[in-house]
Amino acid sequence: MSLKAFHVLFVLSSILLCFGFGGWAIHDRVHGGNLLEFILGLVSLACGLALIIYFKAVLKKLRHISYL
Amino acid sequence: MQIPHNVEPRPDTGLYNAKLGLWLFLASEVMLFGALFSSYILLRVGSPEWPMRQLSVPLGTLNTFVLILSSISIVLAWASLKERDFGRFKLWQGATVLLAVLFISIKAFEYHDKFTHYYVRLQDGREMTGHLEGQPFNLTLAKLKALPTPPKELSFTPDAHEGKRGEHGEPVRLELAQITKLEAFGPWRNTFFAIYFVLTGLHALHVIGGIVVLGYFWGPGSRMWRTEPERFTNRVEVGGLYWHFVELVWIFLFPTLYLL
Repeated sequence: MSLKAFHVLFVLSSILLCFGFGGWAIHDRVHGGNLLEFILGLVSLACGLALIIYFKAVLKKLRHISYL
Repeated sequence: MQIPHNVEPRPDTGLYNAKLGLWLFLASEVMLFGALFSSYILLRVGSPEWPMRQLSVPLGTLNTFVLILSSISIVLAWASLKERDFGRFKLWQGATVLLAVLFISIKAFEYHDKFTHYYVRLQDGREMTGHLEGQPFNLTLAKLKALPTPPKELSFTPDAHEGKRGEHGEPVRLELAQITKLEAFGPWRNTFFAIYFVLTGLHALHVIGGIVVLGYFWGPGSRMWRTEPERFTNRVEVGGLYWHFVELVWIFLFPTLYLL
């Protein structure tokens, strides 16, 4: 597995984490959690979206490099 | 003598030497961290009660963003070498090392915060958590009593009650004679902190190892680019694979320890 393949795996995991943390922060806020964590959750959701855009861009940039 | 498969992959494995060696090493690392994560799960499900929300979520989140950024920068460093742009490689590799140093600095701040946060039990059975005046590091009752002139009382700022996280109450004066237990939130505090310090401490050691290796490739090790550019590019890729493993471990550590 090349660095490209591992990076794809890592970015997908990070996207899941960003959306998971965003969901956790919203749930926590609804149940009386603090505002800073809620804001960080929203930032995390935005980062998840940014990572999706980055994911497409990096696949295009590294298209000539093998996954092995 | 020329060592074969330093640059070109072996026909049977499809990997060059360093990549094969690195994956074997990472397999052993998976077993190490896997055993610790399994220990965490077994300790947690076997415990009648488990402390929740003991760590700073904002600091953990910040560190997660720092590591995600460093994964991007290290891939861009490697891609720059593939495109024969050494100047850009230096830029991205340097950024990766700086982000790794930032991660360790934030982690050190978090550790310091835990070693200056105290649990106090009084003779009347009252228990409190909070901070001592002057933020002493890892103080114990025995250390206090061993001082040439032990203080008669301590100024203690208790934590806020549930629902007011991050806020503090008014400072109170505690007589030393009334205190039966005083300890910082170190690994001895409870099972959660024991496994927290083991997991994050081991991870931090891996980050420090990464700083050394990636820093070497950025600095003196980069001389290889002039004589063996393909081999140097492979070295940077292997360093990047290790760094991604360290980051992936954190992607599991953050929700496990900070959120759940």
